[in-house]
Amino acid sequence: MKASLAFRIWISLLGWGAALAMFFPVAWMVLTSFKTEIDAVATPPLLFFHPTLQNYFQVNQLGDYAGAVWNSVVISFGSTAIAIALAMPAAYAMAFFPNRWTKDLLLWILSTKMMPAVGVLMPIYLICKSTGLLDTKTGLIAIMTLANLPIIIWMLYTFFKEIPGDIIEASRMDGAGALAQIRVVLLPLAGPGIASTGLLAVILSWNEAFWSLNLTAVHAAPLTAFIVAFSSPQGLFWAKLSAASTLAVAPILVFGWMTQRQLVRGLTFGAVK
Amino acid sequence: MRLLKNAAFAAFLLATPCAASATTITIATVNNSDMIIMQKLSQQWEKQTGNKINWVVLEENVLRQRVTTDIATHGGQFDVITIGSYETPIWAKQGWLAPLDNFPASYDYNDLLPQVRSALSVGNKLYAAPFYAESSFTMYRKDLFAKAGLTMPEQPTYAQIEQFADKLTDKSKQQYGICLRGKPGWGENMAYLSTLVNTYGGSWFNMDWKPQLTTAPWENAINFYVNLMKKDGPPGADSNGFNENQALFSTGHCAMWIDSTAAAGKLEDPTQSQVAGDIGFVKAPIAVTTHGAGWLWAWALAVPSTTKHEKTAESFIAWATSQQYIDLVGKTEGWVVAPPGTRTSTYANADYLKAAPFAKATIAAINAADPNHPTLNPVPYTGVQFVAIPPFQQIGTVVGQDMAGALTGRSTVSAALQSAQDSTTAAMKQAGYLK
Repeated sequence: MKASLAFRIWISLLGWGAALAMFFPVAWMVLTSFKTEIDAVATPPLLFFHPTLQNYFQVNQLGDYAGAVWNSVVISFGSTAIAIALAMPAAYAMAFFPNRWTKDLLLWILSTKMMPAVGVLMPIYLICKSTGLLDTKTGLIAIMTLANLPIIIWMLYTFFKEIPGDIIEASRMDGAGALAQIRVVLLPLAGPGIASTGLLAVILSWNEAFWSLNLTAVHAAPLTAFIVAFSSPQGLFWAKLSAASTLAVAPILVFGWMTQRQLVRGLTFGAVK
Repeated sequence: MRLLKNAAFAAFLLATPCAASATTITIATVNNSDMIIMQKLSQQWEKQTGNKINWVVLEENVLRQRVTTDIATHGGQFDVITIGSYETPIWAKQGWLAPLDNFPASYDYNDLLPQVRSALSVGNKLYAAPFYAESSFTMYRKDLFAKAGLTMPEQPTYAQIEQFADKLTDKSKQQYGICLRGKPGWGENMAYLSTLVNTYGGSWFNMDWKPQLTTAPWENAINFYVNLMKKDGPPGADSNGFNENQALFSTGHCAMWIDSTAAAGKLEDPTQSQVAGDIGFVKAPIAVTTHGAGWLWAWALAVPSTTKHEKTAESFIAWATSQQYIDLVGKTEGWVVAPPGTRTSTYANADYLKAAPFAKATIAAINAADPNHPTLNPVPYTGVQFVAIPPFQQIGTVVGQDMAGALTGRSTVSAALQSAQDSTTAAMKQAGYLK
């Protein structure tokens, strides 16, 4: 059945409206980053103003942007790589060799995400302190890996379930071992799904603030800690905060834009059979 | 004499044990314009001593949580921490801070403002050196007052403030008679409301630590605040903290603002304010008593007991909180931004007095604030706009939400105060102050 023209126009308008509403805060943040502090708080808000790069210079002068970017890259990509390496065999086993405890196991894995992070702050902090992992990228990679592991296992499990078990069965009949099944059969078939899971995990790690702020100080502070340095309850820092936030989201925005094809392909993987 | 002091101070810096072998210290601080200047100028201390500084700049509440976790677990990540006059006595009593009583004579402890020094001391020992201090006062637009034929007295009463606000409110021009804090939080709306309740004759607790939030002074004060803000305040006042009100005042939308004396320098700075030069500063308004009408707060530098670089940390603090540092800021950044409220000598400095038209009002407000006698009737606590006990952060924040609810009309003032009384009683029982 073909949708009417009016319906298609309405649905397009709705889609564009939703997209613009979601993008507006980001656009406003970028706009504010080019304003002076006094223009940034003007009432009514200014759409036209004399743009300035002063905030970007000041933010770079006060904070170590390059260091923070490097830390964010190492932590998010490092934790994602380790988490995927751990999650692949787990999801493979549960998707292709389920038993009566599989569903319970999956729910238990997800339940670890239900506890507020602050509830385990003290024990985690003490563990990091006693193992010398406070303010280290290694410590944060370990935390991010564990924090994202449940989501990654769930996503990979869902993608793997879309692959007919017969294909795996056939490869096994041909003499492929578990590693060969994953490498030769599973990886090519579930590639888009694994890629989109990885991208999502990178984005989650990139944006994570609670552990980053609590477990780092100088050496491992990522971009989330860089941004918070420009937030202040006393004094106007809106424009500088906007500049810092723009600089912080810029790399991941570019990365997301470059990989959007894989992301969409992965997220819609198996949606139409 | 001043030259001699400077020479002695420089000798002290060079004589610190770290001069020979460079030490790196980590300083945790908040983000505000004074601290940014300190970061910038600290390169001079690094050059003088050969030491290095790693800065960790955090938002105020994040810093509090971060430093608390680190000290409580003996993490030892920070060598110098920025703390306020609320934490200092509590943390000092817990043994979390090293006393700062070994600075050289050239530091001149007696030059520190007595009220500020007292707020940062326990048992006559200084545990945090003041970097800048503030009280609260009334800021008003002289041009609007003159246009309306009004005169602001040196010591306004809240009845007068209401009359002025009524006359100066013109909502068609988005001009509001008064701007006050409404954003919930112990350091936000409750900082202001505590002073309002104090001057109405109320207090947080009686001598037996029983919460007093349903007493007549609280009812009168909060009813006054809610009615005044509904009539003459800006819309959405329940989300206005210091920054939002600074933005409103500096862009010409407020005729009066009762808040921190630290706002004055920002409002008189033409790059931050469209009303610079048109502002008058007088004492915080009073109702039935002058006790506790204006608050007292200091941001100070302290050495956590977990540091491994105590001497270097002390050397930095002695430098950053000295009169020599204030002179350095005045000469390099301009006197108007010199750290206010810490030293008597700052207020005897002709250059500073000339550049800062708010200086006299600031020092008068700080001298008038007495955290040891903050209320009309005796109380078992110290602190003007806060109660210096560990559970107060939680209590203040919960009560702040109730007061914001009354301001928006989600609840009546009586219901909000009853809810606040109940939650405060529960928190005090849990903390062991009440049986």
